[in-house]
Amino acid sequence: MDKQSRASGIGLIGRRRVLQLGGGMALALAAGRPASAQGAKPIKVAAVYTVPVEQQWVSRIHKALNAAKDRGEITYKWSENTANTDYERVMRQFATEGSDLIVGESFAVERAARNVAADFPKIAFLMGSSFGPTKPNYSVFDNYIHEPSYLTGMIAGKTTKSNVIGMVGGYAIPEVSRLMNAFIEGATSVNPDVKFLVTFINSWYDPPKAKESAFAMVDKKADILYAERFGVSDAAKERGVKAIGNVIDTSAQYPGVILASALWHMEPTIDRVLKAVSGGSFEPADYGPYSYMAHGGAGLAVDEKLVPKEVLDLVKAKEKEILDGAFRVNINDAPPKSTA
Amino acid sequence: MMEALEIIGQASFWAAAIRIAAPLIFGVLGALICERAGVLNLGIEGIFVAGAMTGWLTVSMGGDLWLGVAVAALVGAALGLLHGVFTVILGLSQHVTGLSITLLATSTAYFGYRVAFPSVTTPPVIEPFAPLNPAWLSAIPILGPALGQQTALVWLAFLCVAVTAFVLSRTPLGLALRAVGDNPAAVEAQGLSVTGLRMGALAAGSALMALGGAFLTLSAFNSFFFGMINGRGWVCIALTVFASWQPGKALLGALLFGAFDAYQVRLQTLAGSVVPTQIFLMLPYLLSILALVLAARRADYPRALMKPYIKGER
Repeated sequence: MDKQSRASGIGLIGRRRVLQLGGGMALALAAGRPASAQGAKPIKVAAVYTVPVEQQWVSRIHKALNAAKDRGEITYKWSENTANTDYERVMRQFATEGSDLIVGESFAVERAARNVAADFPKIAFLMGSSFGPTKPNYSVFDNYIHEPSYLTGMIAGKTTKSNVIGMVGGYAIPEVSRLMNAFIEGATSVNPDVKFLVTFINSWYDPPKAKESAFAMVDKKADILYAERFGVSDAAKERGVKAIGNVIDTSAQYPGVILASALWHMEPTIDRVLKAVSGGSFEPADYGPYSYMAHGGAGLAVDEKLVPKEVLDLVKAKEKEILDGAFRVNINDAPPKSTA
Repeated sequence: MMEALEIIGQASFWAAAIRIAAPLIFGVLGALICERAGVLNLGIEGIFVAGAMTGWLTVSMGGDLWLGVAVAALVGAALGLLHGVFTVILGLSQHVTGLSITLLATSTAYFGYRVAFPSVTTPPVIEPFAPLNPAWLSAIPILGPALGQQTALVWLAFLCVAVTAFVLSRTPLGLALRAVGDNPAAVEAQGLSVTGLRMGALAAGSALMALGGAFLTLSAFNSFFFGMINGRGWVCIALTVFASWQPGKALLGALLFGAFDAYQVRLQTLAGSVVPTQIFLMLPYLLSILALVLAARRADYPRALMKPYIKGER
């Protein structure tokens, strides 16, 4: 086995040489382009995702990196749908191929990912993680969009007529629970009578199952659904109830269904990291705060045709308080429970 | 507690149970046909993915819904024949080949998807099969509304159960198919082709498996996502044993699983529960294992299952 892998490793090196030659030619050809004319060498970024790039969470990172690529600041290669058991291998492959920055999500592979980072101290790592940064090169981030989640909760709490709100989540992990809890707090802050139905489907990608869970909630009188997963908004549309979006804005796909969405913007984080890497000042840090509203890492999208003016004013006032630092939304990572 | 029992009397609960069961009905029938002919088809999970992907892709490229169903079935049949080339004609390990088919079909489907849609944020959606709501059904309590909400594909699943049961137990072809799974040498002595029968069973069974996948993208939902099959194929393999290779019991097993799953989703929303959600999520699988343990004791499995037939060998 070992011999075999070594043999194929040699094969890889051989192939990589050829690729490098090709890459060199491509660089020579690109020499006349504006980015290099300005003297800025694009940063080589590689990303390893455990889910497809359509998945809400990863799509935000993918979008920010693609924007940087379009600006000519980086070269970007990525691997999607990488199994956790394959994760370390793919990371090492990108590292040995010569990357300046590796982006990914180490939630299920913390130890392995940190080992890889330790083996490549010259490469900067920016990983989605529930834990802290590690010296000398391991930075972390997460989707801290609990603030807009709280605001969407306020909208839902004010808009519901049945006082029952249904919430369908993927897995009961901190990243999911945190936003659900903020949403619940926001809703109960404006409407103490509101009750919640909570289910988890234990999958990131099973829209039929998410839809079934949502149907069950509408049967129990829920008139607003918190759409953490694909499939929930479809159920809302079919049954004529409203939905609250999460991470991405899907109001164009479901016109008249999505009241509001808590959005995640990865650009502030990515742009800050890219600047640090190109300036040589990259330090292991927690980039989580750059997903907060104050840094533009989180935002609120509201369908003003569906949300009454007075509710919107209330929410805008609270948004201002959050931005001014006068109001802080609690971070609660415990799995939420049904109350209805 | 009362609330937990009341759920069972709701039409919407049974509607959900049938919706969840439908892809499993196709899958378990497919697995049953293959195994009745003596071939274990572990390609099922991948064939589900391929069926889901190709059926949806056909419709999203402008094809009719039924054309999507037909394309999915053909792709499934082709994968079944591929499985047969290795396991029936060459007599190789059915386990290894089946798992390889799953890996191949899954990866190819994803690759095809990414080639077709290199940079989309959400996959294109189609207009899926609509509920039929036939008027004559609405008079029946609970079952009427539960069945009324179903789409044409669900009725096709029920029809497939009846057809499979009839063919297997009442026709010469069914007799030959059962015999080839029990005693292929006797079939050969009758002048029938073991290879032909087994290949035919694999093609037909795998086509049904693919329909199970297509149900998810053409009826239960309206687009294709990576990983959306989520182990449904493997559930069918277990259900085949539960059904002890009988189409009628296969229908029952699939409906039972669907009911468990629909039930756990509703139990999760009951207030004041101290039970972690993971326990509920385990429920359909736990109960399936339990049912399997009880049913498998008396299971009458095809005698020549997983034994390749080599002509003239003693």
